Amino acid sequence: MLVAANGRSDSLVVEGRVLDPARGIDEALRITVTDGVVSSLEPGAPGRLVVAPAFVDPHVHLRTPGREDEETLRSGTEAAAAGGFCAILAMPNTDPVVDSAAVLGALLDQARSEALVPTGFLAAISKGQKGEELTEMAELAAGGAAAFSDDGRPVASAGLMRKALRYAKLTPLRLALHCEEPALSRGGHAHEGLVSAELGLGPYPSAAESLMVERDLALAALEERPIHLQHLSARESVVALDRALGEEVPVTAEVTPHHLVLTEDAVRSLDPNTKMNPPLRAADDRAALRDALRRGAISCVGTDHAPHARHEKEVPFEEAPFGVTGLETAFASLFTHLVLPGELTLETLLERMSSGPARAFGLDEPRIEVGARANLVVLDLDTEWTVSEAGFRSLSANSWLLGETLQGRVVKTVADGREVFAA
Amino acid sequence: MSELRPPAPPKRHLLSISDLGREDVERILDTAVSLASSLDHEVKKLPTLRGRTVVNLFYESSTRTLSSFDLAAKRLSADTMSLRSSGSSVDKGESLKDTALTLAAYDPDVIVIRHPSAGAPQLVARVTDAHVVNAGDGKHQHPTQALLDLHTMREALGRVEGLQVAIVGDVLHSRVARSLVQALVLMGAHVVVVGPPTLLPPGIEALGCDVSTEVHSVEDADVIYVLRIQAERMGAGEAFIPSLREYTALFGITPERVRDGQVVMHPGPMNRGVEIDPRVADSGVSLIVDQVRAGLVVRMAVLYDLVANPEGRESSVPAAALEVA
Repeated sequence: MLVAANGRSDSLVVEGRVLDPARGIDEALRITVTDGVVSSLEPGAPGRLVVAPAFVDPHVHLRTPGREDEETLRSGTEAAAAGGFCAILAMPNTDPVVDSAAVLGALLDQARSEALVPTGFLAAISKGQKGEELTEMAELAAGGAAAFSDDGRPVASAGLMRKALRYAKLTPLRLALHCEEPALSRGGHAHEGLVSAELGLGPYPSAAESLMVERDLALAALEERPIHLQHLSARESVVALDRALGEEVPVTAEVTPHHLVLTEDAVRSLDPNTKMNPPLRAADDRAALRDALRRGAISCVGTDHAPHARHEKEVPFEEAPFGVTGLETAFASLFTHLVLPGELTLETLLERMSSGPARAFGLDEPRIEVGARANLVVLDLDTEWTVSEAGFRSLSANSWLLGETLQGRVVKTVADGREVFAA
Repeated sequence: MSELRPPAPPKRHLLSISDLGREDVERILDTAVSLASSLDHEVKKLPTLRGRTVVNLFYESSTRTLSSFDLAAKRLSADTMSLRSSGSSVDKGESLKDTALTLAAYDPDVIVIRHPSAGAPQLVARVTDAHVVNAGDGKHQHPTQALLDLHTMREALGRVEGLQVAIVGDVLHSRVARSLVQALVLMGAHVVVVGPPTLLPPGIEALGCDVSTEVHSVEDADVIYVLRIQAERMGAGEAFIPSLREYTALFGITPERVRDGQVVMHPGPMNRGVEIDPRVADSGVSLIVDQVRAGLVVRMAVLYDLVANPEGRESSVPAAALEVA
């Protein structure tokens, strides 16, 4: 269930090169939206703007409840709107954890008055995300949970993971998994490789992820239950994913913009905004992630937007918390670093930021067709802009792109029939 | 002053050996030699940094490094101030940024920092205008230790280039090892790191050294450099080696494992009887006391290089700077 503050349904007209890769549209069109619904598609002037189905982010931290100094439902969804998103899914690792129908219900109520963009809330797999006891999954599903995840932490016990997959058969929801073997990642601050060896940073090896990916794929196959693998970072994880897809295991996977753009080399700066979990890995890992996204084995871009208070990131690298923001820079960073150099087509990027994640979580796909609710993003692909703290709607500014000049800008976002952002 | 002075040069820091070129290392070592000769005077004080302020900010315990930085600054006539994390506002939860800003309010010329977390000196360099010297951060870097070790080797063996150096022990957790491997490779020495596989970081060979898990690899070395084995690496869940007994049997530097003509170094503090046999530590082949002495002149040279020679052009100290105060 996605919820947002009740707003008007808008009527508007947008025009340009309309690209809806999932429906095979690439032509100059004039789109008329009447009362929030696409009412006509007519030939239009090509212009310099691209109009596409708006984006869906399967992985966002809204820090509410508990850390409203870092993000609120309002600021986070304003950031999402500015990034071109018409739907986002928020992780349950808040304070308190979203592990009961009461916490979930309060959050949904709050979103009904504050959220600018339709937002879904995941509920925890285990109580308190402690990895010990299952949450009341049936009640949480009935109460409107979008999926289940212990994101931020792994489900360390294989036994509990299997029980979660079995018990979740009572619900239509899938499990989104943060794959990390804590016995291998403990004390880790950076990818185990050349840079961690040289800088003496606590190593976090690729196997800490891929071992859990393999375990969870085996359990998903055993229980014949769909799983979604969050923020993949390692080449070995992609190998395991490919094998599972070949065996028709029901699995989807996401990758973040920062893992697609950066490598462990960025960590040499010891800038805490290059510290994330999983860590930035080696060039061959990045190449495998790009390839998997291109092929569709990884079908979603997820930002893992993780706001942190300034004072918590203004500390030595090894003391800094993991995570970076991403909602407002996701499209431009990937257009600049993947599409412009020819690594990925624009069509594929648009599909992996919209239909891909919507399908992975069983959400309605944003689509450009007459009769559909309007979920549109208007993009100016020519304009350059410089990422700066002052430009963020997010309450936090822990971006890995601060000071960088990017090409491509979101100029308008229509979410569920309502204009939620206009540059 | 008859010469035209160039505009204010960019501030420079000593955060990592990887920031230095070969000529930087040579200049600092030459400066250390000049300063060492000045210390033979009866009055052991030079006026070079008169009116300058050097702050030592230590978040970890230290004997050698803190005392030698403090004395080095005093020998150059700087005002010094030493802060330890215990007994200061750090005990009250003050952040490193705030502590650095507080100290920066006194306009120090140099902040020397030791900290348990990699990246702390970089943070201080970002938030203050002082020259920052890294006196050890986490397992990352300890550049002045590497420089004093190079000075010690040069004094004892006449050169660094072409030397064979074996670094033995817990390389994984050692900022000394990382700095020293980089510095030795930069200066054209040949380095092999030796230890049990669990104490050798995967990928360390990218620094340009060889890697060995056999103690006989020290046989070819001119210098055997012994690293401290930290007892805290033995705790539950952190058991990198099964026992100190087995470590000592396999890798301890005993008289039997040192051949004629080799010298032995150790950055201190030593665990006698664990990584180094006392008969080696106290013998004529040991340069351990020379290292401590080198610490003073090399840290004087580093302070001089950052503050009094900010353009980094001169290859040694002008005679005027060496006149006693």
